[in-house]
Amino acid sequence: MHPALQGLITIVVGVGGCIGYFYLSNVFVDKVLFPASGPQAGRNINRANMVRPWLFLFPAIFALGLYLAYPVLETLRLSLTDRDAGGAFVGLANYKQMAQEPKFWEAMRNNMLWLIVVPAAATAFGLLSAQLTDRIKWGNIAKSLIFMPMAISFVGASVIFKLVYDTRPAGEDQIGVLNALWMSFDGGVFSTLFLRLLPAAILLGFAAFVLYGVYLIVRPLISSEASRGGGSWWAAPLRVAVGLGGAWLVFLSLRSVFHLFTATLPYGDPQTWLTIPYWNNFFLMVVLIWIQTGFAMVILSAALRGIPEETIEAAVIDGANPFDIFFKIKVPQIMGTIVVVWTTITLVVLKIFDIVFAMTNGQWETQVLANYMYDKLFRANDWGVGSASAIVIMLLVTPILVWNVYNARKEMR
Amino acid sequence: MAELKLTNLDKAYGQVKVLHGINLHIEKGEFIVFVGPSGCGKSTLLRCIAGLEQITGGTLEIDGMVVNDVPPSQRGIAMVFQTYALYPHMTVYDNMAFGLRLAKFSKDEIDRRVQNAANILQLTPYLDRLPKALSGGQRQRVAIGRSICRDPKVFLFDEPLSNLDAALRVATRIEIAKLNESMPDTTMIYVTHDQVEAMTLADRIVVLRGGYIEQVGAPMELYHRPANLFVAQFIGSPAMNILSATVSSVSDSAIEVDVAHAGKASLPFGADAGLTGKSVSLGVRPEDLYITPEGESALITGEIDIVEALGEVTLLYVRMPGHEEAIIAKLSGDVQVERGDTISLSAGSNVLHLFDADGASILRAQQKAA
Repeated sequence: MHPALQGLITIVVGVGGCIGYFYLSNVFVDKVLFPASGPQAGRNINRANMVRPWLFLFPAIFALGLYLAYPVLETLRLSLTDRDAGGAFVGLANYKQMAQEPKFWEAMRNNMLWLIVVPAAATAFGLLSAQLTDRIKWGNIAKSLIFMPMAISFVGASVIFKLVYDTRPAGEDQIGVLNALWMSFDGGVFSTLFLRLLPAAILLGFAAFVLYGVYLIVRPLISSEASRGGGSWWAAPLRVAVGLGGAWLVFLSLRSVFHLFTATLPYGDPQTWLTIPYWNNFFLMVVLIWIQTGFAMVILSAALRGIPEETIEAAVIDGANPFDIFFKIKVPQIMGTIVVVWTTITLVVLKIFDIVFAMTNGQWETQVLANYMYDKLFRANDWGVGSASAIVIMLLVTPILVWNVYNARKEMR
Repeated sequence: MAELKLTNLDKAYGQVKVLHGINLHIEKGEFIVFVGPSGCGKSTLLRCIAGLEQITGGTLEIDGMVVNDVPPSQRGIAMVFQTYALYPHMTVYDNMAFGLRLAKFSKDEIDRRVQNAANILQLTPYLDRLPKALSGGQRQRVAIGRSICRDPKVFLFDEPLSNLDAALRVATRIEIAKLNESMPDTTMIYVTHDQVEAMTLADRIVVLRGGYIEQVGAPMELYHRPANLFVAQFIGSPAMNILSATVSSVSDSAIEVDVAHAGKASLPFGADAGLTGKSVSLGVRPEDLYITPEGESALITGEIDIVEALGEVTLLYVRMPGHEEAIIAKLSGDVQVERGDTISLSAGSNVLHLFDADGASILRAQQKAA
């Protein structure tokens, strides 16, 4: 049979089957099970109305149960058994074994790195591009371009960036953009400018930016204003934590500036970017940031437009400069949306698999949890440890998921 | 504390001109109200004074200094918006303190000013609340408090009462009047389309239409001596009745007019003899009409179309043959008339208004010439 015909038949049978189920089951309840006639008509109508929602929800609940709830339970069971022993119950042995593997802790560390960098960078770039494209004529074109990577699959994006990071032996033409750029540096004035001064300026700018943010967040703790206004019990520790995190970022960027000027750079040698340990993680993260910035921008742009214009005008009259307006008036008003965007990207990051799988497959210290699970489950055929790592991923995702749904529902109200 | 001088002020959005050469001098401590129909440019004019809109042409001076290019925060102004424009993520206290903190006032000074403003507006119990936990009237009081804290030279109000319900509107209006009394040195500019607010609050009213100033004057002056037909019909409710008429004779002390399809009228002021035979508009306010007593000649005779009894007064809509719009008469509440009755109405000669073919007041033209 022709495949198109098969597809058509599938659609007809599928849709027809659904309509048929809803129609016939409804008829069954109304006419056969609880007929709205006879001596108990009133009671039957009430009962039919109580049964009906469950009847209509049944297909969805059944499908979700079969494809989501059952696999979770089965994975949990598998993570407590051993395949080599014929599926015997082994308690937490798989988890113990996993905890002793350096590759697992490497994956955990990398996942944490991804978790910190990607949502923060994607949200920050998204917010920045949303704000910058808001008032300009060609803003919509710029937005379309920034949003376009959303339409590319993770694997497709990985292929694109593999080409960007591509390496050819010295002497041949470099087809990777990054190496082509790199090869044009030779230690002269321009190299100093672009490889030392410019990055140093960017890093210092970033450090100043973070420092200002830390100052804004920590200030209420230092001044007496903390005593007044909506401070919950968790506000102070949260401010301290965010402040410390920011201070750490400032320290990192200042240290990097120092390294920038002390490091000797291998001019003229093409670099295999994806094999440089630790930093190759960041080259992989760039792919996801590139994709997710568009998502963050679209949502935050809508949120920025939702801010009442009068509050901004009132701030202008109050003497606020553009930075005050952005950080003290606009950002606090869309904080709920920022949190939702942030946590949504966090969920994507926790499950990150395709990019690592397609670009390095976890080699050169780039392993992440999802790829580790795939390795164990389908390459090593060790369902015990594989399922155990799957459970670990689920445990990490669940609280963020709950918080995300909670915040999204709050935003919708 | 400040006087404002607007000289040939223009505002255009691209090709569309919305303000045409506005000239206005506002004295220190005056309460000025801009009124006019929607789209007349009153809010735009206010926003130009605030600095939220760039002035296209002409100058704006505050205390003798041209401030066209001075940013809003340095003009010494404060503004109360129609939609309150409170910062939703800040408490009442922080809303009021925001501008002061940006201006780097000391903590004690900020606290003193905020507490003072909160006292005046009875907001002290709400200082720790977020705006969403306040009622509409309280929110508008916070917005006013935020302006008081800045201790401005010029206070700007952009339709501050139009988002409040009727009862609250009256209460807040009285509060603004009290505020004006307690700050005699502060110049206040108030935009509204509600003539009751304009009449009760203003020292002087500026009537705008289509980007032009129609008339500037004290409320009672606008009511008794409107400069033209537009102001005459805009001020007063219900609006002034306009009857087309022809001047039959002019002397030094009186003008006689023939009202089309109705009686004659005599106005107790002179005019240029050249007016004789010209067609004019005769204006008479509904409240100036009374039922013609026996033996007096009527100004208007017609059939009653609608009777609106409001208790204290009764409004009659009288259909006069040859006259398209109904004549409205505001009579005392105990008048005994019914729909379909024929009625004769008169008005005292000293309450009539006369406008020439262009709509300009003839009386004012005479006074100006004298």
